[in-house]
Amino acid sequence: MKPHLPPAQSSQAPFVVGDCALMTIATGTKAQNLREFREGLLKVPSSSIYHHFWGRLLTPRFDEPEYSNDFAAWAYWALHEKALAERLSAVDPSDYDDLEELRLALVDIVEITLDVRESVPSARSDQMFHFLRGKLVVMDSEVTIEHPDQLPMVLPGLSTGSVYYHFIDARRRTPDKCDDFCTWLRGWEPDYDRVITRLRDLDPFFSSLKEMRRLLTAIFAELPGDRGASGADTLPPTRVAMENS
Amino acid sequence: MNDVLSTYEPAVGAQMVAQLRQLGKVLQGARVVHVNSTRYGGGVAEILHKLIPIKQALGLDTSWEVINGDAAFYECTKSFHNALQGDRIDIPPTLLEHFEATNRRNADELRATLEDADFVFIHDPQPAPLLALCPDRRGKWIWRCHIDLSHPYRRVWRYVRRWVRDYDASVFSLPEFSQELPHPQYLIPPSIDPLSDKNMDLTAREVTETRERFGLDPEIPLLVQVSRFDRFKDPLGVIAAHKLIDKVAPTQLVLAGGEATDDPEGALVLEEVMEAAAGNDRVHVLMLPPDAHRTINALQRAADIVIQKSIKEGFGLTVAEAMWKGKPVIGGDTGGIRLQVVDHYTGFLVNTPEGAALRARYLLHRRDLLHEMGERARRHIWENFLITRHVRDYLSLMIGLRMNNQERIEVRT
Repeated sequence: MKPHLPPAQSSQAPFVVGDCALMTIATGTKAQNLREFREGLLKVPSSSIYHHFWGRLLTPRFDEPEYSNDFAAWAYWALHEKALAERLSAVDPSDYDDLEELRLALVDIVEITLDVRESVPSARSDQMFHFLRGKLVVMDSEVTIEHPDQLPMVLPGLSTGSVYYHFIDARRRTPDKCDDFCTWLRGWEPDYDRVITRLRDLDPFFSSLKEMRRLLTAIFAELPGDRGASGADTLPPTRVAMENS
Repeated sequence: MNDVLSTYEPAVGAQMVAQLRQLGKVLQGARVVHVNSTRYGGGVAEILHKLIPIKQALGLDTSWEVINGDAAFYECTKSFHNALQGDRIDIPPTLLEHFEATNRRNADELRATLEDADFVFIHDPQPAPLLALCPDRRGKWIWRCHIDLSHPYRRVWRYVRRWVRDYDASVFSLPEFSQELPHPQYLIPPSIDPLSDKNMDLTAREVTETRERFGLDPEIPLLVQVSRFDRFKDPLGVIAAHKLIDKVAPTQLVLAGGEATDDPEGALVLEEVMEAAAGNDRVHVLMLPPDAHRTINALQRAADIVIQKSIKEGFGLTVAEAMWKGKPVIGGDTGGIRLQVVDHYTGFLVNTPEGAALRARYLLHRRDLLHEMGERARRHIWENFLITRHVRDYLSLMIGLRMNNQERIEVRT
């Protein structure tokens, strides 16, 4: 067991692809109305704030997220507070130096809504907001990329956990809050400046990890090298379904 | 033994299997014991039948113990089950004393194994007092609750909580089920095994033969609910829904269930179901033996739509089973069904027999959408609810507990 994934992203060194999975843990704090939600925001560990912005991407979900974080989604779906949902969704965590600042920004937005409401917006008892936190399990993927030209071939085959680890988690774990792909490609400059710029412009908020992998692959497809690898998510067909169709 | 893992690769992918091997290496030789109250019948036993061999194949010294009890013990634990899912049931003190005595007797038999284990998973309330009865335990103890604990009858929960509060961690299927407890509460949904008799691919011929065996007309649409005969599964509501559908468009309904040795109420509910179905030859009530997995598999595949109209549901493995077979599910808007049935995407969530009838009629009318939903349902299960993900979560949980609940677990060889 090693303490941390090694920074293989140094100049010319191979890119060692990591993988990860998420363990979700209930904090025990829940909210049925907006006032309880405000109190919850103030008291939960900062890892819970992080989870509801980012960790959510690794949890079971079916479609593309309509809102950029769980708080906004709850405000809309459970409280039916569309304006609040829009304001919460506009919060970009990268604008804040740390999670405590982010927490206070969220509380400010909630308080503005509470100030102008005559009654406290409430959810049905089965639509409470449950504050969760995540525990990331970091593993090897057994994949190493020797040269950027291999990226378009390798990317489609990576797990969503690998995409999360290198593109999302890296922003929290690295000192310069940069994704691992940009960090690695910087070592190969100036050839990859354009790709780095495009990676940095990629808005990860409204994508599932699968969509993010597709977008990353499209960006890396601008690089020279082999193409046409098949994806990691090839669902085996169901035999009876095929026979019946 | 490692071959067990290789057999999963075609179904779940090489990456998932590689992850399991990696996590398994960290826990090589760890002694793991699972304890529940029945070897056959119900979702917990079914999961353990699959989970144990995979953990063993990964190099964990894993065993499965079943506690024994008499009719009074199961009457008490069934009352726990009903009360924890919201029924207001006061359990007489004599029955609680019997419950504790039964656990003491079981503890005497299991103590050496449990106290020596590195990890003990206690499933549901039945064996929960074992922790308090193993004072020299050296490992980590995890209480795995499979029940919908979202609105428990507080008096009974307070009693059960007494037994579970001292565990090192608990595991619930959904955030809604978590409770005020002084230890970490992990959220791990259950899973199905894609290679089991119940979920493996079948030939069209086997499906046809099963249809013929039960006198089902291949020309008439088929609705299927597979569940024990339990009030929380609302079999009477399903019969009511079928009546509404059948009035407009002829349909057949199969209610297929079996007995679990720890469920004393089943016979009574079955009697009520038989009475409600009497005289309607398009309603087929099937009492299947516990090993009728391929039959259930074939029935689910023969179905046009699968129904799971539960009023309370911890998870609902039958939902995942049906979705894995590419069937849209009309499910009760409750508990773990919500995690699987994404309303209007992989099926429909309903609250009444009328709602179930409405959605079934809609899907039977719109066959194109029925097939689209079925495909999405299969993908949803493939990505989230197969046994390998479940094993990965358990391995991660054990490693996390060993590392004293650090926020980040780095596992690299």
